[in-house]
Amino acid sequence: MIRVNNLTKTFGDFTAVNDIGFSVKPGEIFAFLGPNGAGKTTTIKMLTTLLRPTAGSILVNGNDPVKSPEAVRRSFGIVFQDQSLDDELTAWENMEFHGVIYDLPKPLRRERIRQLLIFVDLWDKKDRLAKEFSGGMKRRLEIARGLLHHPKVIFLDEPTLGLDPQTRNHMWEYLQELNKKEGTTVFFTTHYMEEADRVAQRVAIIDHGKIVAMGTSDELKKQTDALTLEEAFLSLTGKTIRDESAKATDMMRRMRRAWRK
Amino acid sequence: MFMNKIYILWLRQIKRWLRSRSRIVGSLAQPLLFLLALGYGFSSIFQEAGQGNYITFLAPGIIGMGIIFTSIFSGMEVIWDRQFGFLKETLVAPMPRFNIMLGRTLGGATIATIQGVILMILSMFFGFRPEHLISIVPALGVMFLMALLFTSLGTMIASLLEDMQGFHLVMNFLVMPLFFLSGALFPLEGLPKTLSIITRLDPLSYGIDALRELFLGMGHYGLAMDLVVLTLVTLLFLGLGSYFFKKIQV
Ligand SMILES: Nc1ncnc2c1ncn2[C@@H]1O[C@H](COP(=O)(O)OP(=O)(O)OP(=O)(O)O)[C@@H](O)[C@H]1O
Ligand SMILES: [Mg+2]
Repeated sequence: MIRVNNLTKTFGDFTAVNDIGFSVKPGEIFAFLGPNGAGKTTTIKMLTTLLRPTAGSILVNGNDPVKSPEAVRRSFGIVFQDQSLDDELTAWENMEFHGVIYDLPKPLRRERIRQLLIFVDLWDKKDRLAKEFSGGMKRRLEIARGLLHHPKVIFLDEPTLGLDPQTRNHMWEYLQELNKKEGTTVFFTTHYMEEADRVAQRVAIIDHGKIVAMGTSDELKKQTDALTLEEAFLSLTGKTIRDESAKATDMMRRMRRAWRK
Repeated sequence: MFMNKIYILWLRQIKRWLRSRSRIVGSLAQPLLFLLALGYGFSSIFQEAGQGNYITFLAPGIIGMGIIFTSIFSGMEVIWDRQFGFLKETLVAPMPRFNIMLGRTLGGATIATIQGVILMILSMFFGFRPEHLISIVPALGVMFLMALLFTSLGTMIASLLEDMQGFHLVMNFLVMPLFFLSGALFPLEGLPKTLSIITRLDPLSYGIDALRELFLGMGHYGLAMDLVVLTLVTLLFLGLGSYFFKKIQV
């Protein structure tokens, strides 16, 4: 479903993604883990036609995001790491916009929007503007929107960040069901290791733009003599804090917030 | 399906506009101020020079002013979308980027046309009289063409800019000159050579000229010429706009 070979992305003289390769089978739930600034989001952006790779090749559902971006766009859905709602539209309008853009016929669209908004507990707030929502409510709306059309592959970039445990479990139940029923491939990143351990069939760990390990959670634990995936993760990526880039993302978020006022 | 998608993109622009009262009022207030201050200020000089009623002459220029400011601003909303992240949602949509650009441009152009119409009506309260009321119908077409032209230009510029900083630069060093050098405020007859060449290079001149031709029967370039230039430049900017919009990375 996804095949990546020798993929590289540089920003100026900084290499964010350094010659990585992996593949994800159809119907697989695949976790892409790594410390802050490892290159996860950059990789997802290249897979989803938002960034052009510096070198290497990608196939998503058999199509190359550089050569045939539209074919690729038809095959995936995505929940972005940072905010991507239209703040001036209501929750319902954000959903409706997405549904129309993704060719969902009206009856199905209306029904799913209702279901999903109930599902993320926003149905009674459906006519409120997105800008009036709390961070977690916005996140829930983004998740509902990402689940609205049922794509072949769904990319989730830290989908559960800032979500309460109820919503988090809910979301995974829904995704696992979708995965079982429709064979949807799920590609996600997270910093919660137990979450990856629980739902992912296979895990790749990326650090400083390089893939340092790949396999099932159990294989990684065995390989590093660890009891939990978190221990395995730490022994593969070291214990130093990658605060430099964490700070950068934080700062961007803060700036965005300040700017909005 | 194609129409549905264009429609929802169009609708989004309209809704955003209707929800920002301050933007509506703001973009009417400035042209209105120009109309009143200049219109009454210069009316006697204009009359003495044998040019007739200045408010009537000025009104099409003021309509053009409202249209160019609103359309460039609407086109440049791409920058806001980038800043707030919504641009990503549209850029991964399974439809040609040209259609995305088209939908939002039509939305922006509709808004600018409505602002132009409101200014036209407001001008009538201050003495603006078209020769024949029926001329309003073709004038609407011209206004929409102007709006389309400048919305595409705004989209094109915004696609090339990374952040908000460039926005004020564009407003001050592109939109202001386009407005002042367009013949919105003065007749195009008997201009000094250089100025006359510059006004000829400004697409806004042709839009306002066409409006004067239609409303007042006093054009300079001729209606046919105006329409040809407006149409060609609109097509050019739509093409360039979608070219640069296609190349956006986030
Ligand atoms: N547009 C850009 N220009 C320059 N550098 C960038 C750009 N985007 C990302 N980077 C850099 O590339 C590196 C990888 O960033 P990326 O966002 O892919 O990390 P990540 O693995 O998603 O991290 P996180 O867990 O914090 O989300 C970081 O060092 C980041 O600063
Ligand atoms: Mg990231």
